[in-house]
Amino acid sequence: MNIQFRESPEAASPLTAKTAIADCDIHPARATHTELYPYLAKRWQHHLDIYGVHAYQGMMEGPPYPKAQPNASRRDAYPPEGGPQGSSLSFMQKQLLDPNNVQLGVLNPLNTGQGIRNHELSAALCSAINDWQIDKWTSKDKRLKASIVVGNEDGLSAAAEIRERAGDKNFVQVLLLSRNVEPLGQRRYWPIYQAAEEAGLPVGVHAFGFGGNPITPSGWPSYYIEEMVGHSQCQQSALASLVLEGVFERFPKLKMVMIEAGFGWAPSLAWRLDKAWQRLRSEVPHVKRPPSEYIREQVWWTTQPMEDPECREELFDVINWIGWDRLLFATDYPHWDYDEPSRVLPAGVSEANREAFYLGNAKKLYGLAA
Amino acid sequence: MASLIAGAVDCDVHPAVPHLTSLLPYLNDYWRDQVTTRGMVDLVSQSYPQNSPIVARPDWRPEKGKPGESLQDMQRHVLDPFQLKLAICNPLYGVQMVFSEDMQAAFCRALNDWLVKEWLDRDPRLRGSIVIPTQSVEKAVAEIERCAQDRRFVQVLMLVMGDIPLGKRALWPIYEAAERLELPVGVHAGSAYHNPPTAVGWGSYHIEDYVGQAQAFQTQLTSLIVEGVFAKYPRLKMVMLESGVSWIAPYLWRLHKFWRGVRMETPWVDRAPLEIVRSNIRFSLQPFDAPPEPETLIRLFDHMQSDELVLFSTDYPHWQFDGQDALPEGLSPDLVRKIMIDNPYATYPRLT
Repeated sequence: MNIQFRESPEAASPLTAKTAIADCDIHPARATHTELYPYLAKRWQHHLDIYGVHAYQGMMEGPPYPKAQPNASRRDAYPPEGGPQGSSLSFMQKQLLDPNNVQLGVLNPLNTGQGIRNHELSAALCSAINDWQIDKWTSKDKRLKASIVVGNEDGLSAAAEIRERAGDKNFVQVLLLSRNVEPLGQRRYWPIYQAAEEAGLPVGVHAFGFGGNPITPSGWPSYYIEEMVGHSQCQQSALASLVLEGVFERFPKLKMVMIEAGFGWAPSLAWRLDKAWQRLRSEVPHVKRPPSEYIREQVWWTTQPMEDPECREELFDVINWIGWDRLLFATDYPHWDYDEPSRVLPAGVSEANREAFYLGNAKKLYGLAA
Repeated sequence: MASLIAGAVDCDVHPAVPHLTSLLPYLNDYWRDQVTTRGMVDLVSQSYPQNSPIVARPDWRPEKGKPGESLQDMQRHVLDPFQLKLAICNPLYGVQMVFSEDMQAAFCRALNDWLVKEWLDRDPRLRGSIVIPTQSVEKAVAEIERCAQDRRFVQVLMLVMGDIPLGKRALWPIYEAAERLELPVGVHAGSAYHNPPTAVGWGSYHIEDYVGQAQAFQTQLTSLIVEGVFAKYPRLKMVMLESGVSWIAPYLWRLHKFWRGVRMETPWVDRAPLEIVRSNIRFSLQPFDAPPEPETLIRLFDHMQSDELVLFSTDYPHWQFDGQDALPEGLSPDLVRKIMIDNPYATYPRLT
């Protein structure tokens, strides 16, 4: 977070300015709402002008739970040339990439064409976003890598988009959101996993999205904080679905990244899944091994927003249970709950674990290791 | 294995209603006629299919009938061998699935009266929970007030997945009544299935619903805390039943972090979430959902930063453990005493 309410009780890590890092969750924004039009057929430009985008929620513009800050982004991240936070490459370089020595920055565009009800428009918008990521970002700064954004509700057209981009070194993963019409393990999404596995690309599942389901299994809550905290429960249910539908069993080379939903919940979820599976495995014979094994082998987590116990030793317990080789550092720039690289890990972490956490795991996962 | 001690309170046992027709003697003429004329079927929730392995331990499963429907079995399986002083009955009959507030109120009233007659009157060790018709807050409060006259009712019982999040202000009269009458509100696993059972939609499997209970409890704690239920009713205790325990600390780290970030949105939340949990929320022991290694389990208790949060439960007749192994390995004798005796008595004023 970029707002400090109290002095940190422990010394910050001795991270030097020169230590290279990967930032596995950066959100590039469009400077204007028509910035995508050059990548869209005339038909869709007209459609957007007249009808807009129909999401699985009621608001024509903006989120149903008002954010705590404009665009949920840092107030100091507005580019000097104007436009919303995260919409200027030069300012992103100046504010994020250069001072933090980001060697690899993974772009995860939000508010794209995902999670909208018109699936044809969804596919067109996602394809446009992918072209835009290359033109505006990755072709201009080699540190940045893009995610293939796909129209998630139509598995077949999503798979076609993945196949079209496969082999293009601008892209390092496929991007899905956690909240969809159905839980992510359901068959309608399998073509996405199949295409990603074939292309050798991890599938990132970023918190957020709208699928029409209340963000609690007891209905719609009242507050933005409930939505924010609730993304972790959505992610847990999405991961449980992936395991229990047998997605990892069917696609054994598939790698998935849980993005911006925390990771502290992972051990407890895995233990619970294992225990329930011991009792109820006759219902899911396609899940051949204890769920925790699939999770240990095929799932990674980005770190932000990093859980923040008063006693940092407790966080190390959790990381040890997950594995230091499974965490990918992320800032979430330019969002307000940005994690500052120099402050997230206290002293006392071994050099090897520190390097894996900040850079090594990401380079290996995204196929960029030397 | 930590040793059990005699004189404990089992905070979660499940007596089963054999069939909807078992409630007929407790319904008035109109509802008795409705049940029979309309050919209503037994209200068994998908949360607990009768033959699911998790719903009854193999050696606790009767040859016929529903697991948990026989008092003699409950005595033989848990009350006697665990040397229990008291056990709190939480009926999981599917009355919450009913949409009509009138029908639900009639069924809840019958269920509560059935519990008194068929269970509480027949074993002095048993205590009861008041099942309430949440389709009408007014009727729910009336049922609480009616049953509370019997001191053997020690808690109000709700499901973790209902129509609206539990913190919503519309439900507050229930909490006002519960606090006034010294009744903690127990929130038990299970869904009314009025919403999809996960926050990302309908899964395919029973196991998915079961695993998802833990996430449902997490969202409900958020709702209860940020809506300000415990600022308004500071003496109210809520007990999460069959919720799982091992997720609590990491969940609270996350809630705490966002509360620090956006507390301007809910300024009435004037204490840190962990403090609110320590003073107002408790959790039943089974299922714990811990790894097999005792040293990990001890760390999980350390992470909770309190030895007062967990209340002993067997979750009878559900299959959470075998033999007498109701306590996870590695607990100190002091902690065992807190969990089995001190914490339940401190939580439920009506037990003394």
